[in-house]
Amino acid sequence: MSQNTGITANQYIHHHLTYWTVGHGFWSLHLDTLLVSLTLGFVFFFSFWMAARKATSGVPGKWQNMVEALVGFVDQQVKETFHGRNKLIAPLALTIFVWVWLMNFMDMLPVDLLPRLAQWLGMPFGANPEHVYLKVVPTNDMNMTFALSLTVFVLTLFFSFRVKGPLGYAKELFTHPFAAHNLFAKLLLALPNLVLNLVETLAKPLSLSLRLFGNMFAGELLFVLIALLPWWVQWPLSFAWTVFHLLIITIQAFLFMMLTIVYLSMAHESHHSH
Amino acid sequence: MNIDASLFAEAIAFGLFIWLTMKFIWPHITKAMDERAAKIADGLAAGERGRKDLEHAQVKAIEILHQARDKGAEVVEVANQQAARILEEARKEAQAERQRQVEAARAEIRQELNRARDALRAEVAKVAVAAAERILEREIDPKAHKVLLDDLARQIH
Repeated sequence: MSQNTGITANQYIHHHLTYWTVGHGFWSLHLDTLLVSLTLGFVFFFSFWMAARKATSGVPGKWQNMVEALVGFVDQQVKETFHGRNKLIAPLALTIFVWVWLMNFMDMLPVDLLPRLAQWLGMPFGANPEHVYLKVVPTNDMNMTFALSLTVFVLTLFFSFRVKGPLGYAKELFTHPFAAHNLFAKLLLALPNLVLNLVETLAKPLSLSLRLFGNMFAGELLFVLIALLPWWVQWPLSFAWTVFHLLIITIQAFLFMMLTIVYLSMAHESHHSH
Repeated sequence: MNIDASLFAEAIAFGLFIWLTMKFIWPHITKAMDERAAKIADGLAAGERGRKDLEHAQVKAIEILHQARDKGAEVVEVANQQAARILEEARKEAQAERQRQVEAARAEIRQELNRARDALRAEVAKVAVAAAERILEREIDPKAHKVLLDDLARQIH
């Protein structure tokens, strides 16, 4: 690809890693991430809504069957992990799984397809193709992955507060994981407990987000690198990596969903044993 | 790090999609699935019930069949007895009738015989008187000897 346009490999890679941005500094938006993620989100919603609207308890159609299989799968995962009563967790898990999978799936499209299309579409409006950027995979954007993981984090805190009360939650921060029985030992252990708990709590959204981002970034980068090779190597390598990556995107979407369920169910459990 | 306001936009979008899923998708799908599960359970139960009913009906049908067969046999038995009785009566009646007719015939024959005997007796008396007249001619007075002759004639049976 790079040979055709006469730019160096470095420029090509850099072009692929740049967002379509409006605004300056912190107050800017990645339009590509927003556009693709919202489109996919609504694709998810409307396609599932079609099935939900006409959902019948009689013989289901093909699409309803598919949706039911997914809903049943997610429901089962939630029921196996979370034993409380919460109306939010299962729909949240379904949203995460399908939406993240769809966003990850953007990686399966030929790496230059949508960026090149954007360049062509931009030309009639007088845009310089060199400055038309489009990062297609929304989960290959830390804003996206952190938006997901921080939302989950906020929900975790919310449910912790609701179940244990702010005081109960604060008490847990100071008295776990190391519990003591006399006052002196309690005071001594309060600080280490707090540090450990803060690290543990903050590590959850961080790892959740960076795991997805790292996987998708690596996958995307490998597609970009394969696109730099001679055309006759590109095809077998692209094919092999696409097949393998198909597994990865599914696993990552599943993992994000499962960890979300686990974190939220942990928020509902208090440590009665101590 | 490229963290910027997109994060908030995406978080809002995420919240929106969670809400939409929770409101418009999840309840409808799970409701349909639960209802279908209930329907299938009902259907299976109804099938089981139907099978049991059929079994009961078969047992009952066999019972009724047996009863009908017994009753039929009973009816045939009664009919046979009645037929035998009627036949017996008819036979007796016929026998009595025959007896009566035989008796009547016998009586008639006896009457006939008596009449013939009387006629013969009268004839023999006449013949005997005639023969005696011829033999004795005048020696015998029919008037004087009438008692004797009648007595003679009576001895002929």
